Amino acid sequence: MKKIFLSALTIISFIAYGVYQRNQKEIAVQPLPQPVPISPTDAPSPTESVAQHISTAPVMPTNTPVPVSKGKYKDGTYTGSVADAFYGNIQVQAVIKNGKIATVNFLQYPNDRGRSIEINRQAMPLLSQEAIQAQSAQVDIVSGATDSSRAFIESLGSALSQAI
Amino acid sequence: MKQTELLWDMPITLEILDASVSKKDFDEIFSYFRTIDDTFSSYKKTSEISRINHGDLVRSNWSRDMETIFSLAEKTTKETNGYFSILHNGMYDLSGIVKGWAILQASDMLKKKGLKNFYVDAGGDIQVSGKNSDGKPWRIGIRNPFNRQENVKILSIVDHGVATSGTYIRGQHIYDPFHPKKQITDIVSLTVIGPDVFEADRFATPAFAMGKKGIQFIEKLEGFEGYMIDSGGVATYTSGFQSYVYKDTAIN
Repeated sequence: MKKIFLSALTIISFIAYGVYQRNQKEIAVQPLPQPVPISPTDAPSPTESVAQHISTAPVMPTNTPVPVSKGKYKDGTYTGSVADAFYGNIQVQAVIKNGKIATVNFLQYPNDRGRSIEINRQAMPLLSQEAIQAQSAQVDIVSGATDSSRAFIESLGSALSQAI
Repeated sequence: MKQTELLWDMPITLEILDASVSKKDFDEIFSYFRTIDDTFSSYKKTSEISRINHGDLVRSNWSRDMETIFSLAEKTTKETNGYFSILHNGMYDLSGIVKGWAILQASDMLKKKGLKNFYVDAGGDIQVSGKNSDGKPWRIGIRNPFNRQENVKILSIVDHGVATSGTYIRGQHIYDPFHPKKQITDIVSLTVIGPDVFEADRFATPAFAMGKKGIQFIEKLEGFEGYMIDSGGVATYTSGFQSYVYKDTAIN
């Protein structure tokens, strides 16, 4: 009886170990989903983005063929084309009142920050990787892609072309 | 003293800390930048480059600066295996090389005047000289491509140039010369630190066009470091990059 019990225990141990190993393997090959490390509270909401883009408007070249400067538009609400803003699409709607742009609404704005990512593990040995994180110390200057928004101009331009 | 003007479709900021600086120094630099725009801007119909593009100017009549820019562009095309190109749809577009070059010229003009502590920033491409107002290396933030109010890295830079290429604000304005129709979607921002802003800027755009391999290209360049951010918010950086990162001792 004791022998049978011991044999059973040994068999169970083996099975348990086998199952454990298999699980270990499964865990090892599973890609690690990593949240994008930008806190959602800091991410600009679509309404804030509107303000940002409008505030960068004076940076636009005066000679860009945007029909904004060409004078009066017909009153109404016009929806622009979907323009690729690279990390997502931008689509705006222009509301014309008294021949002028009264409001620009963002119908589509990139908002994929919550999605999971997978860290590329095939990096070159000399290169290192990290998830980006905000560093908040005071700076003298900021380096980034040049200010102005072609996607915004494109979508707005297409909305306004319908108002002529 | 600090002054910002909108030129070349972007804000250009010049800050000079030396006590000997005068308003005249600023005027000279900004007027120089305007002449650069008058010569090299494809947006201006009367610019030299527009006349070249429209076949109105034979090569023997090109200005010396134009010849310089074309030879620098040619050199860069070779060094990047064709990823740098000034020819877009049959027209020359020199914006990928003129900006960095002009900033460096301006920086050299200021040095010749005996000015030592300053920076020139044209739309995020930066040349620094000397120290900041605290007598420390200039601190340059790398902007978060997903949230422009935030910096994802702070660099501590002495006498170097920093340039960032990206598609996140202007939309898709950089393309792969080998696949003009293909959009670069896997990376969103590439910052290059180089011996000066001209060197950093001329490699930032083609390295960006290489997509994820661009950072490997920067790794292989002697005297350059890079920080690339992909569309998932993961950064890849070169082996010597950390030595330029500002260490915030107050927090850590």
